[in-house]
Amino acid sequence: MGTSYSKKAGLGFADLTFTPIYHDKSYLFHDVAVIGAGPAGLAASLKAADAGANVLLVDENPMLGGALTYHRFDVAGVRAAELREQLTAKVRHHKNITVLNSATCNGWFTDNYLPVIQGNRMYKVRAKQCIVASGAFEQHVVFRNNDIPGVVMSSAAMRLMTQYAIKPANKAVVLAGNDDGYLCALELLKNGVEVAVIVDMRSQSSDPLLHSAVIEKGINVLFNSTVYEALPSTDKKRLAAVQVHAITGRGKVAATGVTIPCDLLCMSAGYMPVYQLLCQAGAKLSYDDDSARFALTNLPKNLHVAGSANGVHELDAVINDGELAAYTSLTLLGLASDEPQPVTCNKQTNFPWPIFSHPKGKDFVDFDEDLQSKDIVNATRLGYRDVQLVKRFSTVGMGPSQGRHSALPTARLVADATNRTVTETGVTTARPPFVPEKLSHIAGRIFNPYKLTPMHQKHLELGAHMIPAGIWQRPAYYGNPIDRDKVVQQEVEMVRNAVGIIDVSTLGGLEVRGPDAAEFVNRIYTFGFLKQPVGKTRYAILTNEQGVVVDDGVSCRIGEDHFYITATTGGVDAVYREMTKWNAQWRLSVDIANVTSAFSAVNVAGPLARKVLSKVCFDVDLSNESFPYLAYREGTIEGVPIRLLRVGFVGELGYEIHMPSLFGATIWDALMAAGSEFNMKPFGVESQRLLRLEKGHIIVSQDTDGMSHPGELSLNWAINRKKPFFIGRRSVDIVMERQQTRKLVGFKLSSESCRPKEGHIVLASSDQKDCAITGNVTSSEYSTTIGANIGLAYVGIEQKEVGCKFPIRVDNGEIVMAEVVQLPFYDANNSRQEVI
Amino acid sequence: MPFSLLKYGLKNDYPFENDIDLPLPTELKKHYDVVIIGGGGHGVATAFYLAKYHGITNVAILEKGYLGGGNTARNTAVIRSNYLTSEGVRFYKESVDMFKGLSNEFDFNIMYSSRGQLTLAHTDATIRSFRQRAEVNTHFGGKTELIDPQQIKELVPTLNMNPADMPVLAGLWHMDGATARHDAVAWGYAKGATQRGVELHQLTEVTDVIIENGKAKGVKTNRGTVSCGCIIQAVAGHSSIVAAMAGIKMPITTYPLQAMVTQPVKPFLDPLVSSSALHCYVQQTGRGEIVFGGGSDPYPLYNTRSTLDLKESLLASAVEMFPFMANLKLMRQWSGITDMTSDYSPIMGLSPVENYYLDAGWGTWGFKSTPICGKSMAELVASGGKVPEIIAPFAMDRFDVFRQVNEMGATAASH
Repeated sequence: MGTSYSKKAGLGFADLTFTPIYHDKSYLFHDVAVIGAGPAGLAASLKAADAGANVLLVDENPMLGGALTYHRFDVAGVRAAELREQLTAKVRHHKNITVLNSATCNGWFTDNYLPVIQGNRMYKVRAKQCIVASGAFEQHVVFRNNDIPGVVMSSAAMRLMTQYAIKPANKAVVLAGNDDGYLCALELLKNGVEVAVIVDMRSQSSDPLLHSAVIEKGINVLFNSTVYEALPSTDKKRLAAVQVHAITGRGKVAATGVTIPCDLLCMSAGYMPVYQLLCQAGAKLSYDDDSARFALTNLPKNLHVAGSANGVHELDAVINDGELAAYTSLTLLGLASDEPQPVTCNKQTNFPWPIFSHPKGKDFVDFDEDLQSKDIVNATRLGYRDVQLVKRFSTVGMGPSQGRHSALPTARLVADATNRTVTETGVTTARPPFVPEKLSHIAGRIFNPYKLTPMHQKHLELGAHMIPAGIWQRPAYYGNPIDRDKVVQQEVEMVRNAVGIIDVSTLGGLEVRGPDAAEFVNRIYTFGFLKQPVGKTRYAILTNEQGVVVDDGVSCRIGEDHFYITATTGGVDAVYREMTKWNAQWRLSVDIANVTSAFSAVNVAGPLARKVLSKVCFDVDLSNESFPYLAYREGTIEGVPIRLLRVGFVGELGYEIHMPSLFGATIWDALMAAGSEFNMKPFGVESQRLLRLEKGHIIVSQDTDGMSHPGELSLNWAINRKKPFFIGRRSVDIVMERQQTRKLVGFKLSSESCRPKEGHIVLASSDQKDCAITGNVTSSEYSTTIGANIGLAYVGIEQKEVGCKFPIRVDNGEIVMAEVVQLPFYDANNSRQEVI
Repeated sequence: MPFSLLKYGLKNDYPFENDIDLPLPTELKKHYDVVIIGGGGHGVATAFYLAKYHGITNVAILEKGYLGGGNTARNTAVIRSNYLTSEGVRFYKESVDMFKGLSNEFDFNIMYSSRGQLTLAHTDATIRSFRQRAEVNTHFGGKTELIDPQQIKELVPTLNMNPADMPVLAGLWHMDGATARHDAVAWGYAKGATQRGVELHQLTEVTDVIIENGKAKGVKTNRGTVSCGCIIQAVAGHSSIVAAMAGIKMPITTYPLQAMVTQPVKPFLDPLVSSSALHCYVQQTGRGEIVFGGGSDPYPLYNTRSTLDLKESLLASAVEMFPFMANLKLMRQWSGITDMTSDYSPIMGLSPVENYYLDAGWGTWGFKSTPICGKSMAELVASGGKVPEIIAPFAMDRFDVFRQVNEMGATAASH
């Protein structure tokens, strides 16, 4: 249903084969940004630049001058061109003015942050002051058939004639609600267009001179009249005549009228400020129903409006208004300049009610959305009285022009139907962008940052299958993905029986230094760190304020006031952010640095690890007595200073070697060479996952979720509940008091049984269809070492005892029974990692 | 097709006197049995079910702006139930089921359109969590499965299978995923409620809540004071502020959430597609516009301004997913206000104040819960405070006793 009617709608096709072309972005910084290079914008730019401000002038047209490039401002029709020449010459040669023409300022974001689109580039402009001199949009008159080709705004006809030297028609009718219609008629005459009549909706013209000027030229003026209907040609493709009726009241006309043949109708009924940028900034648009005038108020500081956008339409006043906005900006910038005269302008340009609804309809309010006046009125009669509801119910203003020409007649119609003023009714919210913008402009050149470890090339040469780890790439294993299971088992066997090496450079690294370093670490992590001896490492768990385990790592005490702490690859940035956030409150005397990329690291693990290391590291006594499990030492390899952590993640004798990243590849090569006589090969992250699984070690984020607290993970031993505080302490205390609902356990299945996948769910009962879900599998793999399928899973609290058999639902709804076993699966007394 | 649509097409003189959707504004009465603060989707849905199922019609909905003008009007109208927890899946699934029948129930077209929702996995970790979501959904009778890249290509041939150099490894295909016209949902409920005697008062702002001896007694508004039997607050985006009037402190942090839309084009994208890693979701509306949404803004704020930064990053992701969209034109960008809870689940039910009921914490999952939320809140009120089983897990005191319903993994960037 949703799409069947839009298939029929008159919409464009998206080109599904389009290939993006190059677009980029650039930053600009200016004292004053002036949006719009009409008379107000030009005058403002010159005044600001003369006073020494660095000005950016932006205009969407190729030619500067705004209305001066097409509008007629005087009977003789000479003023606009003269003034344009005079102002633009100065602007072009002014050293303080940068001009961006054919450029659209497409939005206003907080603090004068302006996206300006020109060609294939988006400039992101920061301006200390911004003057919006965006002009005003001419508004159409609502009558029957006002959508026929040949019915145009006066400004459009004048643009055709002055900018493009096109004679728009042979015989025109001008429908005027202000004096600009008379000026348009004069311009039509000058270009050889016969003007059949000026139909003036008013009872008289404001400027008697203008009236006599058109009479002199032989143009007839009909006052108190309007076009009530446009009549199409027989092929219905263009305008053939207009039906003119006398106006008998607001929006009401006499029953009969006269038909005047013509092939052009120019409408000149009034203007609405181009308020979009200003309203995006929070300005309020108000309209005085009596004087039919707009005003924009509540502008934020450092944003100003000038010219016809500000409701000023008389040319000298417009110049004056531009200078006034510049003066205000300069004052705020602290630059001296002369104060201009206050602005006075009495020119009335808006006819108050240019809406003549027709019983037969086709009196369009919104040309984008094909909405007639009855659609708007009916929405209010159905009860959608708020202009926002009218918009949403009728879709008025939702098309590409976003209400440029429909907002004013809609506001008038809604106000009238609900007995409110136009100001009370208001217009719908203006939102960016100002004009529809291609996604490519906003997306720009797309950067996809990624990080490679110093050993990346070595891994590729060794045939590694690389997988993403955050924004890093890591070897999953070294071999063809087709042989994945076999390769992983081989790598595991190598570590268990001899020695292997793994690149762990992606591990997060954080340095905490300062007199309060120990106190700081003690507050961040759950264990006790105040008494951690220098030269020792300690497991570090981070819980959040809900008591949920969110990261883990190893804390090395390098000195009394110096800790080096590892964090998970994906978690380190968040941990660093948390650390700085908390210390903004605690104000402890510490320096915190994220040194993840500064250090790279490898883990040499396996019974022969010491032998490998001793071939390249000569300044550290590697014996078990002098460098026991969990100790920290510093030494050198090939003259490069290294940090050595004796760790046990994979459950064998192992050394994590951390070195400056610059030397990562050197040390990798040195270790690989040293290991060659022991057949040491690299192993990947998937093999590491299996190795640690055999030891029952969790991986935070794989074996934990957004609810996992230390008790569920059996990590009580890593929580110091005697110390006064750590992040999440209160929550952990409360949770520990409570009856637990689930537990992470190790499980085992026979090797013949279907191996559950990570993410499969644990059920309360194997035969009951709608039983409760009690947990889920977090890690699962076949282990050659154990000779069985093993894994970790959350199970219900009543399923947690060793020996308990619980159901796991695997693919295709099948149920397999797994058995809870004691962790770890491998080397229960940890002799392999600790004793040798 | 609802009958009213046909009527509109055939009649010249429309609407008729007694065929209006929303009655004219009236004066506030002195007393109502039930006052609902907030005339968004949830508020009017609650009123609708109170009137229709429980015969409680002396009800006033007090809305400071206009009907459905808050997050009801600002969300991206995604309807889905592929959550992670048992509690969540059961709740959202019933909501999706109710959505399907709403147009007929209202005799008002909500333009419900069943499309299916596809979420892309780019890492092993995501596949793991997708498998769990698919399994949990299936367990509760939902139609969700894990699909491979080949199936994804068939579903969405225009998708780039390697966006931002992150290959698409799998997808969570949620066949129940749908969309509807969000405004129409609020209007349909409002029409049904007001026809049954409920009063909808727009431009009526509650300025204070009157509490005597720990019991809610009434509200003060910009149009005078009203007494009442009980109060329901349903003001997503301002929950903490309104609850504070009743002296309740809510465990909520409030962030803006932005979305944007292109000019309409002919339909080419049926499913709702989102990428878990790019934090971007893309759908084509019934009008033909392409809607983009992503994650919440990074810092708390009560402001519906748009930002350039979010637009740049979101559209860069969108163009990565669908490169040809670089040539489409963006028409509009907007923002809503989301009340986030730490477990990404709502707060519903009783409050520390007697006769004051909460419907809050609607983060980025409010629209899709509208029907079930209205139905269960109505049940709660009609029963005099007996919490329906389906919303019991969402009680506010779960934060005190650590019984959160964690949906974090199932909500980020796929509203």
